[in-house]
Amino acid sequence: MHLMYFTEQPMSSYPEQAGRDFGATALMFSNKHFDPVEGSRLYNNYIEQYMLAEEVGVDGIMLNEHHNAPFCMQAKANIFAALLAGMTKKVKIVMLGNPLPLAENPIRLAEELAMIDMISKGRLVSGFVRGGGQEQLATGVNPAFNRERFEEAHELVTRAWTQTGPFRFEGNHYQHRVVNPWAVPLQKPYPRVWIPGVISKETIVWAAQQRYPYIALNTSIEQTKKIWELYDSVAADVGYVGGPENRGYLIQVHVSDNEEKAIENARQFRWMQGEFTGLAHPVWSTPSGYGSPSARRAFVEFASGRAKNPRGETSFEQQMADLRIIAGTPKTVVAKLKRILEETRPGILALWGNDGRVSQADSLTCIRLIGQEVFPAIREIAKSLDLKSPFEANAPVHLKYSTDLKPAKAAAAE
Amino acid sequence: MAGVDWTDSTVEAGGVKLHLKRAGPTAKKARPVVVLHHETGTLDQLPFYDALAAHYDVLVPHHPGYSRSERPTWMRSVRDIAVIHRGLLSDLKIEDAALVGLGFGGWIAAEMASMAPANLSHLVLVGAMGIKPPQGDILDLAITGYIDYARAGFHDQKVFDRVYGAEPSIDQLEMWDICREMSFRIAWKPYMYSQTLPHLLGAVRAPALVVWGDDDRVVPQSAAARYVEALPKAKLEIVKASGHCVDMEQPDALAKLIVDFIGRE
Repeated sequence: MHLMYFTEQPMSSYPEQAGRDFGATALMFSNKHFDPVEGSRLYNNYIEQYMLAEEVGVDGIMLNEHHNAPFCMQAKANIFAALLAGMTKKVKIVMLGNPLPLAENPIRLAEELAMIDMISKGRLVSGFVRGGGQEQLATGVNPAFNRERFEEAHELVTRAWTQTGPFRFEGNHYQHRVVNPWAVPLQKPYPRVWIPGVISKETIVWAAQQRYPYIALNTSIEQTKKIWELYDSVAADVGYVGGPENRGYLIQVHVSDNEEKAIENARQFRWMQGEFTGLAHPVWSTPSGYGSPSARRAFVEFASGRAKNPRGETSFEQQMADLRIIAGTPKTVVAKLKRILEETRPGILALWGNDGRVSQADSLTCIRLIGQEVFPAIREIAKSLDLKSPFEANAPVHLKYSTDLKPAKAAAAE
Repeated sequence: MAGVDWTDSTVEAGGVKLHLKRAGPTAKKARPVVVLHHETGTLDQLPFYDALAAHYDVLVPHHPGYSRSERPTWMRSVRDIAVIHRGLLSDLKIEDAALVGLGFGGWIAAEMASMAPANLSHLVLVGAMGIKPPQGDILDLAITGYIDYARAGFHDQKVFDRVYGAEPSIDQLEMWDICREMSFRIAWKPYMYSQTLPHLLGAVRAPALVVWGDDDRVVPQSAAARYVEALPKAKLEIVKASGHCVDMEQPDALAKLIVDFIGRE
């Protein structure tokens, strides 16, 4: 079991009323409300949190990035990854992940990640994402080619990591006549790639086809089970058996030494008015061409205010009841997490511990309790359930490095 | 206008299947007028189309990727659409059409004119995209809701209600999304204009009529002056009490301007 700490790095010090007055807290919500003095304080708070997480023994620190919104002030995950590479000694630096389509030059990304891997002495896990719709608009990237750019940039980055240069890359979206970076990853064949996601079937299928672990982001137990059903069926098609080493799960869990305080702080998971990426116009979150064509009709109904959000708007209490938010003392939290582990059998687990305006003191208490009490208990449970991480299972980094493919099914898939 | 008999057909141009609507006077051979529609696609019937069809052989091809035409996934620019429409006209043996471009269709018409400056009789651009407005910016589809965007094309919202219905249908919303996706595929950056087009229009010798609604909130009126400057034989007409979609908001006034410009036949 690989156990991680995660925070969205909330820009908690923004005027909430200004967001309510404007009617949105993302993309077009003016950065005149961003206070860099508070930004400086908060970035340094997050560094303190990560350093404590390493000290109390988490296996990994999960990083991500978003743009133009107070729910996440990490605008470039590689910056924090580079900091952690130099400042920490043991934790895996788990990027979930770099939004590949936003890269105008994926070779620069390959170089940065290779540097992070070398500086950290091989502790990088290089997850990749498509980036949300608003990420495309915030960076001027064409949402209609999001998936094509994702797949093509992935090919270019992994080739830059593994293929001896110089070589030439002529793609539909990326053309590079000289690929020959003088920075290659320490880990061979290349750093592990994990793929986080929440709704798109296409991404689950793609991850399973690559044999990359898929990290389900705060899905309900039922949704998570459906994800593994799909992943495992694709895995069988390409010739391997899906297992815990292919499965990751991120869940909002706030731990405190006091049940009531834990629940009060956990309400901050909904600090963005229940929409974890903030209030936004639906066409910002899902620009045309970004979503699946099969979801087009349902989406336009929602976007024009004639149907409810297909992602659902459940109350805090309901999310607690569904175990999508867990809060309490280590004892109650472990009991609830145990149920999730039994039902969904992941080999990678990330706890999203603190959000919104939870104080730094409470955030640090949460991290300490996670590292010292929750994770040791989870490790025992994982052992009894035989939930192995990709590291413990020594799983291949990509399908093409597999040595256990079942020829009949692999052939059938061709 | 009752009694206009439109024919619908699927035609192939340059390997792309296009939906084509066509109507006109049957008694005599009328001048061909090609109407190029907006980036929001086109409704099947419009009083403006009927008004032109009383005088001319009117062709309304649905652009590749818009309304009832299929999407060629290879397309990367608005100029690609112009080439396909040029191919359509040559397949139909139409050499001297008048081109009437509405908004985004104005950009396509201008590209078509720049490609074959001798092969058109008249060029009419109505609230045309395609040129970077010297002042102001073209309204961004990507950050505007479907209905808000369509409504922004109208000066008088009651006219929008009449044309699309106060609550446009889900079919209409879905079509707007499909059209929007195609616009992103071909006109994302720079958004809705070409940096070279103004320099390429100098060869167009056909007379040009540039028309703008006096309350165009989609394409700033400053672009009209830029078009008039770029086209050697252009004149400007402003239509009162009209937004960007002059064809839908002031169909009679626009049709009259065009008939006066092209001539009655």
